[in-house]
Amino acid sequence: MNAILLTAVWGIIMMFGGVFFKSKQTPKYWAIAGLVIIIISNYLELTTGASFFEIETKYMLSFNSFNLTFITIALVSTLLYFLLSGSDIEKVGDNVSEYFALIFFVLCGVCLSATYNTLLILFLGIEIMSIPLYILTGSDKRNLKSNEAALKYFLMGAFSTGIMLMGIAFLYGGNSDGSFFINSFNFGEGKMPVFIAIGMVFMLIALSFKVSAAPFHFWTPDVYEGAPTVFTSFMATVVKIAGFIAFIRLFENSFGKVQAQWQLLVSVITAATLFIGNLTAVFQQSVKRMLAYSSIAQAGFMLLAVFALNKTAMQGLILYSAAYSLATIGLFAILIRMYDYTIDGFNGLAKSQPVLAVTATIFLLSLTGIPLTAGFQSKFLMLVAAIRDGHHHWLVFWAILCAAVSAYYYFKIIQAMFFKVAGQEVQEHGSIAEGSTITTGFKVLLVLTAILIILLGIFPSLLTDSLLF
Amino acid sequence: MFGNYITIPHLLVLFPLLAGLLTFFIKKESSAKSFSLLAGLITLLISIASIYFRNNKELSGLTFNYMWLKSLGASFSLALDGMGRLLTFLTALSFPIILIANYKTIYKNANVFYGLFLLAQAGLMGVFLSTDALLFYFFWELALIPVYFLCSYWGGKKRIAATFKFFIYTFTGSLFLLVGIIYVYLHTGATRYSDHNFSLTAFRAVVLYANQQNFFFWLFFIAFAIKMPIFPFHTWQPDTYEQSPTSVTMILSGVMVKMGLFGLMRWVLPIFPMAVVKFDNVVIGLSVIGMIYASLIAIKQDDLKRLVAYSSIAHIGLMSAAIFTMQTVALEGMVIQMFAHGINIIGLWIVIDLIEKQLGTRKISELGGLAHKAPVLTILLVIIAFANIALPLTNAFVGEFMMFSGLFKFNIWYAAVAGLSIILAAVYTLNMVQKVFYGNTNSLTESMKEISWNEKLVLMVIVVMIFLMGVFPQPIFELTKISVAPISTIFK
Repeated sequence: MNAILLTAVWGIIMMFGGVFFKSKQTPKYWAIAGLVIIIISNYLELTTGASFFEIETKYMLSFNSFNLTFITIALVSTLLYFLLSGSDIEKVGDNVSEYFALIFFVLCGVCLSATYNTLLILFLGIEIMSIPLYILTGSDKRNLKSNEAALKYFLMGAFSTGIMLMGIAFLYGGNSDGSFFINSFNFGEGKMPVFIAIGMVFMLIALSFKVSAAPFHFWTPDVYEGAPTVFTSFMATVVKIAGFIAFIRLFENSFGKVQAQWQLLVSVITAATLFIGNLTAVFQQSVKRMLAYSSIAQAGFMLLAVFALNKTAMQGLILYSAAYSLATIGLFAILIRMYDYTIDGFNGLAKSQPVLAVTATIFLLSLTGIPLTAGFQSKFLMLVAAIRDGHHHWLVFWAILCAAVSAYYYFKIIQAMFFKVAGQEVQEHGSIAEGSTITTGFKVLLVLTAILIILLGIFPSLLTDSLLF
Repeated sequence: MFGNYITIPHLLVLFPLLAGLLTFFIKKESSAKSFSLLAGLITLLISIASIYFRNNKELSGLTFNYMWLKSLGASFSLALDGMGRLLTFLTALSFPIILIANYKTIYKNANVFYGLFLLAQAGLMGVFLSTDALLFYFFWELALIPVYFLCSYWGGKKRIAATFKFFIYTFTGSLFLLVGIIYVYLHTGATRYSDHNFSLTAFRAVVLYANQQNFFFWLFFIAFAIKMPIFPFHTWQPDTYEQSPTSVTMILSGVMVKMGLFGLMRWVLPIFPMAVVKFDNVVIGLSVIGMIYASLIAIKQDDLKRLVAYSSIAHIGLMSAAIFTMQTVALEGMVIQMFAHGINIIGLWIVIDLIEKQLGTRKISELGGLAHKAPVLTILLVIIAFANIALPLTNAFVGEFMMFSGLFKFNIWYAAVAGLSIILAAVYTLNMVQKVFYGNTNSLTESMKEISWNEKLVLMVIVVMIFLMGVFPQPIFELTKISVAPISTIFK
């Protein structure tokens, strides 16, 4: 409860604060301060159950340790994002404090979609999360690509919203209880009524849109590439993992009992997502676009949690969210400051910026799933969950083959940084873009992120064992 | 004797790990070098202590068993058995030898080089010591990462492509291993905190149906087969050996390939006995094909590094065939040969490396008459070459003899075909010795000088080891017997 209200309130403060903030840097500090307050209050709620607000929600929201742990991860990731890339947000345009306000509104949506108990709140959460994102995507107003991406994102988003509403309508109509609560569906003898089945498929499609699962992923590369890179970083991490929490909570609570009936469908979507994401990422020259496809590929692995839907899967998804967000935010923070976004632009980075190169390597190793990193533990838990489920064993082997492919493109960047020599242009100009400075604080933060990733890789129980559900 | 918290197995892993991390911060080239050498020597002392202070239990040192991932049942448990002692000793011995042999080489970014070098040692130690499947997998992968960076940064011209192939190959194999581990894990018993657990004892106690064993067997086997490598999975090996800096090739061929053989002994044989019996002919067939195939290719090689690389495939083939005969004598011979092969092949690499450093070529056709210029080197090399052919009195003879007698008991035809590889080994090894060291010198080899003190020292150590083990193998027998006995009784 704390996080939902405080993010909304702080969003409004940031919005009106824009009038009073004199310097361009002020909004960043306000945003960081606000986020720290929200994280503390959310953490208090997680550990002690203390809520600052007494609001009767009629069970439309639920605050268990799983949901609150996830919100903590999303908030901490955002804090890290502010700290690492906050100064780059200032460079996008003049309305700095509005960008921060929009991000706070997105966070409010994230909190809602993590805690919803009825389909209506789910819809609200997803929409509150999406609408500010359309604006952020198009925030680079003079850039045609940014405009195109925003329009494309908006149209696709509107389309998937429509499908989701349709699904909700079907579910409501098919529900004998006549209620919107996600755990109110009773399927007599275990077979889904036709309306429920149609509604479920519509929900599956709409949520697949949001988490960019194949074959509903087509908007992702263009939008991620067109949007200002700072906002791509946010979209690809916090927003995406929020989509997954919404996804898994809906399927666990509403359709968990009839898992056998939809599991094949989800496994096909998972396999297709893994395949398309990994295979297409191999051929990308632009690192930004490659990360877009890699985010699709990682989504494929996270879908294994929806596929398996057991306790290990829940733990795995929590850990995966943290591992994926930390590594991707770190990578994007480095990418934003690069002069050349192609893989060749990373050539010889180890020589000119050793700290950046080493931390980027740890992020990439984590995304690949090499032991000692959080990425390994999360992939490992996903595989345990999928194998423990006991059905569709082929999916597990498909997943590891795709993971092996992913090593190919992640390691291409590592090779560029360490083993290749910078080209003529990069050498003359330097690897870092004009106007970007690599401060000591930035380096320290990157190193801390890397340490956090390794710490979670050795002791994943720091996150997973807190889930008492 | 070190109390309950730090035992010798922990020291063997943690000491090189910490030393490696420290080395990264030593900026001066010579200090980094001498520091890493010192660390290597201390590790060697710890390892000697581990052999000296042993009791005759199969696995000892299980005093400290930290619950690592409670809810999954994984623990940080390390222990030493006879085979583990031998292989950790090999690891501990080979690193100082490699460092001394390359003491005059100057690597750029030396602190990173030696740091990664020691990290690789820690990873290898962990593989040989861990008695928890997940921990084993951790170290299995961690040994790979430093070696990948070492090869790709300090290697030859085509290093990036070659080591990338190596990495992708082994990473894919490892993922299969991981899935295999998870499958077996889900059949193990519960602990106080978790439904299943990863400990070696639980894995060995697991009850699997025949069809499950057959399936899981291949998941484990592919990973180990790629690492060794066995015949159809060997294509990464010659390229990687050729392109790596020679000091890293020594780690790869001397110690790292033993990971695969060790994995078969430690994890595959005790857990999937039925599958091992079922697929013995397949594996032995592949191994024997690989032996003959690699030996024939070795004869045609002009590059010394590639020659030794193929010769190594042939030797490893014999060892993997020996494992699948499931005969006590062959298993014991295999364990002895793991050690002997490690020593011998490092000796060969050292010789090749110093020829290349002095003359700038590894081509057999461009060399000749080195014996006139460097007699000491020649004598030492000839002894190592004899050990490579497994002549009596050398260390390899004991192991190969035992493996062949096991193979003979298993099936006489396999033994006959595999026996050809001994003759072929003599052909390519002696041919190489003759062409490189005897005959007349040419304009290039005129400039060859006698080797320096550090190279003499390590080659002497290797030659002494060769004779010592060849004449007096009893201590090693005792070490191997303890760990082979429980495995071979499964198959009786």
